[in-house]
Amino acid sequence: MGKLTIGCFASLIGSMNLDFAVKLSGAALEKGHKVDLWVSGNATMLSIEKQREFKDYSSLEKPLKELMEKGLKVTACEACAEARGYHKENTMEGFQRFSMDWYLASIFDADRVLHIGGE
Amino acid sequence: MATTKLGFVVQRPPYKSENPKLALTHAISSQSVEIYLEDGDLVTADIAFVGDGVLNCKKDQKAMEHYGLSSTESHIKMSLLLDLNVLVCKEDLERFGMTENDIVIDAEEFGADVEVKVVPYDEIAKMMEEMNHLLFF
Repeated sequence: MGKLTIGCFASLIGSMNLDFAVKLSGAALEKGHKVDLWVSGNATMLSIEKQREFKDYSSLEKPLKELMEKGLKVTACEACAEARGYHKENTMEGFQRFSMDWYLASIFDADRVLHIGGE
Repeated sequence: MATTKLGFVVQRPPYKSENPKLALTHAISSQSVEIYLEDGDLVTADIAFVGDGVLNCKKDQKAMEHYGLSSTESHIKMSLLLDLNVLVCKEDLERFGMTENDIVIDAEEFGADVEVKVVPYDEIAKMMEEMNHLLFF
């Protein structure tokens, strides 16, 4: 089985790219692959805990937590998060925060990289 | 010991979105990635500006004066200081009526030894073929 690294830079609200990235992560995990998901820029919005669910907006906390239990490693760019006021104390449990070199290190031994840029 | 080559391709103009700056900061972070890797393993970063992305290379940017932000130009200079390979598409520059004289070429003031290279698209395509992974911004 292989390793897939996904980098997503698009916001949770206003774009469906994060929905796609999380769904793809789930599909890859189901097939037995290892998956790292890196969120940077506006995508760090994904890391905030206790987001209220509305039918009109994407809400990925529940599926994300289920995937993390199955082994998905999710990491937010710490600087991008802090710049937006997303602090460690309101970060979803299990969500890692590192600097950008973590993403490059994950890519280092990835078999495939899917980089989804921002808006 | 292994090396993974990453190509950062910047297609978007500066200050309209965060993408070009994130491309540069991620590329620059290749210099500190070793803390996560085994001894001798490396990640290299090449940067190419194409399409509207060549506008990021305009020299004498006033981002600090107007936005209170570090400029994309300063990030390009930092990339040169770190010896990253920075390519700019010649044809796309010409489409904007720009030449080498209009863009940042060196970072002598920082003591950088390498310079931005203005090259035909064919050379950028060749660079991309040599990379293990491409990241489009």
